[in-house]
Amino acid sequence: MSEQIKLTTPLSDEDVEKLNIGDKVFLSGTIYTGRDAAHKRLVDLLDEGKELPIDIKGQIIYYVGPAPAKPGQAIGSAGPTTSYRMDAYAYRLMELGLKGMIGKGNRAPEVIEAMKKHKTVYFGATGGAGALIAKSIKKAEIVAYEELGPEAIRKLEVEDFPVVVVNDVRGGDLYVEGAKKYRKE
Amino acid sequence: MREISCDEIIKVIRDLCIDAGCNLGDDVEAAFDKAIETDESPVAVEVIKELKENSQIAREELVPICQDCGLAVLFIELGQEVHIVGGDFKEAVNEGVRQGYADGFLRKSACHPFTRKNTGDNTPAIIHTEIVPGDKMKITIAPKGGGSENMSRVTMLTPAVGIEGVKDFVVQRLSEAGSNPCPPTVIGIGVGGTFERSAFLAKKALLRKIGERNPDPELAAAEKEVLERINKLGIGPMGYGGNTTSLDVLFEMEPCHIASLPCAVNVQCHAARHKEAVI
Repeated sequence: MSEQIKLTTPLSDEDVEKLNIGDKVFLSGTIYTGRDAAHKRLVDLLDEGKELPIDIKGQIIYYVGPAPAKPGQAIGSAGPTTSYRMDAYAYRLMELGLKGMIGKGNRAPEVIEAMKKHKTVYFGATGGAGALIAKSIKKAEIVAYEELGPEAIRKLEVEDFPVVVVNDVRGGDLYVEGAKKYRKE
Repeated sequence: MREISCDEIIKVIRDLCIDAGCNLGDDVEAAFDKAIETDESPVAVEVIKELKENSQIAREELVPICQDCGLAVLFIELGQEVHIVGGDFKEAVNEGVRQGYADGFLRKSACHPFTRKNTGDNTPAIIHTEIVPGDKMKITIAPKGGGSENMSRVTMLTPAVGIEGVKDFVVQRLSEAGSNPCPPTVIGIGVGGTFERSAFLAKKALLRKIGERNPDPELAAAEKEVLERINKLGIGPMGYGGNTTSLDVLFEMEPCHIASLPCAVNVQCHAARHKEAVI
């Protein structure tokens, strides 16, 4: 990885502008969780002209549906889910000032374009490493849609949560560059 | 006739759910070690080390390897000399899953396809039952996560394309799947049968251990060749670039209709979980 950077939320335009694909970033502060069903509800609210249950400006959304916490744990295993399912909703949240998304897997070209326009970064977390990632989550609290179970929106307090910059604000794509570098024949 | 009680089936399945959810197989760990030694990409090595550390934490603390604890897919070989007593077999399997996912703090991921309402207990399980000779019951659980499953495909090839067409289809599919299924993956390929049988065979192939070759030499050679071709794509662990896109490729084959060449690719992430017990 080219550089190791520490960042604390909320993020500013200057924070994200300095990030490049391949950078390893350790995030601290608050991040929000949200995946398929929660995203649909958020965008439905925007369509109805209503306010969101969370203030998204400068924030990061982590695409995750955690396992239940065992007694004594802040949260159960909590690795990323595949991000392309959130592509249809992501640009609406970027318009409101979302600065980061954490997930795994490819994003649609329109999403990468919108990230350039709104200065939003897409971070990859290690898929399947849910038990390891949970160690950097110190507190978890449901803030909306409790009835969605694992898909409810949670507010997480994280310390040195490990991610890699996959798409930066200049349209760089680690998936494209990484595969190019190691492709054979 | 030998009697097996539903209570025993419930208990065994409960324990298998927890074991599979929290303890990754030795074969996967060994494949991680090999990748750490051989991958040319430092980023890839770093990711695989994280996966290894993750599986150690899961084992030591008995927590899920991955938050996606999967739908409960069960392969049951039922001896024809067995008489199941004390309840409804299918309900016993579902009760075992219900208890295992609750007691193991495993995530429940089953929902209504349209309303997306979670069933709350990870049932119904997907049950594949096969009647075999003997007086025992072999139960294998293979929890299947959604991210990798979504990258799976069934296709009906024309017989003219032959085994080369099958190989090309698989490599193309993995190239398109890219970073989405949480590489490094394990690939199950089902060839032959009918449309639905090929998909079953592809999933059944995933029950084999990594490195366990098909006894048919032609298929064994195809497994090695497809693995090599997938790893030349450069996708690498998590799609960050590297030589370890898949840990193994496993073929299963059966005869098919003279007009058909069904082919299914079942993509499994590195959390290649499967545990079995014999009652």
